[in-house]
Amino acid sequence: MQFPLSWLAEFLSGPIAADRLAHELTMAGLEVEALAPVAPPFSGIVVAQVDAVEAHPGADKLRVCRVSAGGAEALQIVCGAPNVAPGMKVPCALVGARLPGLDIKAAKLRGVDSYGMLCSARELGLSQDHGGLLALPADAPVGEDIRRYLALDDQIFTIKLTPNRADCLGVAGIAREVAALTGIALVPPRPYAAPVTHAASVPVRIDAPDLCGRFTGRIVRGVNARVPTPDWMVRRLERSGQRSISALVDISNYVMLEMNRPNHVFDADKIREGLEVRWARPGEQLLLLNGQTIDLAPDVGVIVDAGGVESMAGIMGGESTSCTPDTTRVYVEAAFWWPDAIQGRARRYSFVSEASHRFERGVDFEDTVAGVERVTQLILEICGGEAGPIDDHVLNLPSRAPITLRPARARRVLGIDLSDADIAGLLGRLGLPVARADDAFVVTPPSYRFDLALEIDLIEELARLYGYDNIPAAVPRAPQPMLPLPEARRGDARLKQILVGRDYQEVINYAFIERDWEADFCANTTPVTLANPIASQMAVMRSSLIPCLVATVAANRKRHLERVRVFEMGRCFKLDTNGVPVAGFDQPRRIAALAWGSQAAEQWGEAARKVDFFDLKGDLEALLAPARLSFERTTHPALHPGRAASVQLDGRRIGLLGEIHPQWVQKYDLGSAPVVFELDLDLIAASTVPAYREVSRFPAVRRDIALVVALEVPAATLQDCLRRAAPAIVAELEVFDQYHGAGIPQDRKSLAFRVVMQDTERTLEDKEADAAVAAMVRAAEQQFAAKLRV
Amino acid sequence: MQDLDSIVSQALSEFDSIHEAAHLEQAKARYLGKSGVVTERLKTLGGLPPDARKEAGALINQAKQRLEQALEARRAALKQAALEAKLREEALDVTLPGRGLGLGGLHPVTRTLDRIEAIFRSTGFEVADGPEIETDFHNFTALNTPENHPARSMHDTFYIEGNAGVLLRTHTSPIQVRYMQAHVARHRAQMDAGQTMPAIKIIAPGRVYRVDSDATHSPMFHQVEGLWIAEDVSFAGLKGVFTDFLRQFFEKPNMRTRFRPSFFPFTEPSAEIDMSCVFCDDGDGPKGCRVCSHTGWLEIAGSGMVHPNVLAHCGIDAERYIGFAFGMGPDRLTMLRYGVNDLRLFFDGDLRFLSQFR
Repeated sequence: MQFPLSWLAEFLSGPIAADRLAHELTMAGLEVEALAPVAPPFSGIVVAQVDAVEAHPGADKLRVCRVSAGGAEALQIVCGAPNVAPGMKVPCALVGARLPGLDIKAAKLRGVDSYGMLCSARELGLSQDHGGLLALPADAPVGEDIRRYLALDDQIFTIKLTPNRADCLGVAGIAREVAALTGIALVPPRPYAAPVTHAASVPVRIDAPDLCGRFTGRIVRGVNARVPTPDWMVRRLERSGQRSISALVDISNYVMLEMNRPNHVFDADKIREGLEVRWARPGEQLLLLNGQTIDLAPDVGVIVDAGGVESMAGIMGGESTSCTPDTTRVYVEAAFWWPDAIQGRARRYSFVSEASHRFERGVDFEDTVAGVERVTQLILEICGGEAGPIDDHVLNLPSRAPITLRPARARRVLGIDLSDADIAGLLGRLGLPVARADDAFVVTPPSYRFDLALEIDLIEELARLYGYDNIPAAVPRAPQPMLPLPEARRGDARLKQILVGRDYQEVINYAFIERDWEADFCANTTPVTLANPIASQMAVMRSSLIPCLVATVAANRKRHLERVRVFEMGRCFKLDTNGVPVAGFDQPRRIAALAWGSQAAEQWGEAARKVDFFDLKGDLEALLAPARLSFERTTHPALHPGRAASVQLDGRRIGLLGEIHPQWVQKYDLGSAPVVFELDLDLIAASTVPAYREVSRFPAVRRDIALVVALEVPAATLQDCLRRAAPAIVAELEVFDQYHGAGIPQDRKSLAFRVVMQDTERTLEDKEADAAVAAMVRAAEQQFAAKLRV
Repeated sequence: MQDLDSIVSQALSEFDSIHEAAHLEQAKARYLGKSGVVTERLKTLGGLPPDARKEAGALINQAKQRLEQALEARRAALKQAALEAKLREEALDVTLPGRGLGLGGLHPVTRTLDRIEAIFRSTGFEVADGPEIETDFHNFTALNTPENHPARSMHDTFYIEGNAGVLLRTHTSPIQVRYMQAHVARHRAQMDAGQTMPAIKIIAPGRVYRVDSDATHSPMFHQVEGLWIAEDVSFAGLKGVFTDFLRQFFEKPNMRTRFRPSFFPFTEPSAEIDMSCVFCDDGDGPKGCRVCSHTGWLEIAGSGMVHPNVLAHCGIDAERYIGFAFGMGPDRLTMLRYGVNDLRLFFDGDLRFLSQFR
């Protein structure tokens, strides 16, 4: 909502400074987004007439002008503007005038005396137009100060209105609010009723009272649509952000901005027979005033005449009955359209109109007659004509149920000691009808407020008028139960800290990615897809964090980084008929880490080597320690088929570990293969609380066993076999070497295990250790045809 | 025959000139060994008359002792010298960099979220979470924003294709709804028995999505929602809690806040929260700067008293319980705290930027 202060001032009985007004409005919830003077400060500029123009003796582009500026004698002024001409009226800066960045003095220009300066709009800071002098109307009074003549001592307010305050979408409504806030009395508009001098009218039938609650109209005939809009109206419209179009359109817009009363002026001669208000029927179309033809849905209200649909009710008029310069008979209409019959319709057709913006928020249903009279008044004043009788159809208006406001409730919600008298005073400032019932106030909301229906709505009004600033800040007194802190949980912060400690940088990527990434890295051809993506490369929701981390590598490689270690924690998204809590979608939280380039940053003390599968596996094991994880070879579209593992914890698959497939290394220009892991946060959340085991005072016995087995036997499988065969004294059983080469058959390998045995009660004897090792070796021989390597 | 004194002085000087332990032991053998010079002298004693033998024997033993002391001293000196040489050799250039992996870092927004959580946890707020693909019902309708409500145009929403009524949440407020519903279900029996519902006191951080992209808007960004519902909270309490939070977060005990009336469908009264500019106000009034557009204030959060319709939707007695809610943008808090001037940097994965926040 934009308007000049001078317009608002018409509705206020006393002056208010622009700065103070801006503060009051902002602190009352009508945020002033911008406050700007119409013109920058300048002085000494008057309306002048150019009497004569002569060539400059010393310069082709300069002219010597004789100018009347209201003084006793004409002034000689040298001017370089191309449009200077005898007889024109222009702003003239007199000697002594001050302009932005310029003081006017008597001067000699190329040898000719000059006593002042003729001004362009840009020199006055009114626009960027530097095409020439600002030409003033022929009737501009010579000698009058230009600030006064053009009403430049004015400020333009731009207010960001919240959707609940549609009553402030007009200058008079803002004035009503200002009066409530400041106590400055409101100057109500003088009631007007046009003399009715003929009986012509348009027959109106309303078939949809759930759409149209009231419909008011009248004919004005003998109108001259060709007269120009008066300057004062053009100026107000422009300062309110409305371009001047024609007198009739301007008058309609003016009344909308002034009274917040949208209205429509039809060319009455184009209305065939009468008007009918109803919901649209299937197949109906309308050519709008903005040139667009639309198909009308059955939940859109229309006004039709015998020739068909002519406007979209409460949203936009149609081309067929619009006024033209030839129009002489108009039908002025103002209606009450139900907000829920308007809401969302314009947006569905991808436009917003001033009318729909207002009607969908709610427009005063009591002022349709006043609105038609105001439009009539201005038409008669500007275009002439004769008014017919007002035809007011009242069918279905909102009820305004009285609201009970309990002072105790207001005090409790706001946390302040408002007395009943305070409350009565605040309600009085709003100008609302108030009654008392027992301890409560009973308030009937006015027809222009659509945001007052509940007690809390009035409590908000009290708070606003009391001033949020005046409500003290007080931390509530409340019981302070301590919060649970489950120890056996891997919290997000802990997981992140472990990865940070292992040299990973956290990243946060967009959750919407390219469709290709889903296909390549997840083989997902049915990703969750956005209906209205912001760009095609952000069209689908990721089902894995891996593509995002790979993209991070690619982007940083382009920035010439040679080593990337990153992790991300976030949700992934998949279609899933069993999904909860939102049916149809699985939205697991995941954590993923990726390393690419050399394992450690290049350094003097360590030979550089590329990061590999087992580096990441070590990080993964550290992240989830002390969990005993198991890994199984797997295949995954993102990963190298020989270097991919599924990660399992307690028999559940919790994630994935592997090297990015060489195909994607090439396609995404990564140079070398990143290694990644990705885990499901819900599945790794449960950890354990440490439990003490006695530390043995007796010496441990260590035996190493090297077993030769077939190449394809996984170390972990062999280890499991040994572990099952191991007696209780075996405290530790770990792989410490793998060998494949000379001395061993081509199709076999040697795996060496460290076996540490210990008892908490006594020192072990050699033969017990020997027996334990023998049992384990026997098991391996039986299950894997293993041979003890000696 | 060489006299004993000259043997001793020759030996002493020889010992002193030796720098290797082995050579010293060889020298010792030459003087004190089985056929050493001094030992040979002892062997000659047998040929002397008893008196002279005793005297000469005593002199030889003295000489022998002197040599052994000298040897011992020399051995120690050599050992010390050897140790010193070894230490000298082992000396490092301590200025060379340390070895191995470095340290990674948290995302700057995570730093902020961690601080927000820690501050609110310290006063009893739990952390809640919710889905990012949401239903229209939870994102709007249950928050008192029915279909076609003009307030919906305040949020440009991403919708999921082929699923009417499913969208990417535009704010973290739907977590409120889910949490309240679950809370009521959890305490149903207690409440039905007329007991007081335990207070709801949560913050809900998370990613949210809106169709918007420029230097100050990202199509994905973060919010932290706060909610406190109990019998005895009020608007004054909202002012107290949020003002306190901002002071702790920015570590500016004199920071001022300004609550301005505003409109959100799910709170009433509603307020925008401004804080005094962290760049130009040190507690003695704002001087005005570019960051705050010379107003001295920065818009930092939306807030208000939970609308009775929202409470009712979630099965909470709006007459008995009152709540306040607030929602803030941790991305903006991060920008203000660390002086970052472009929101897009947060989601760009540029390690040169991210690694600054360690």
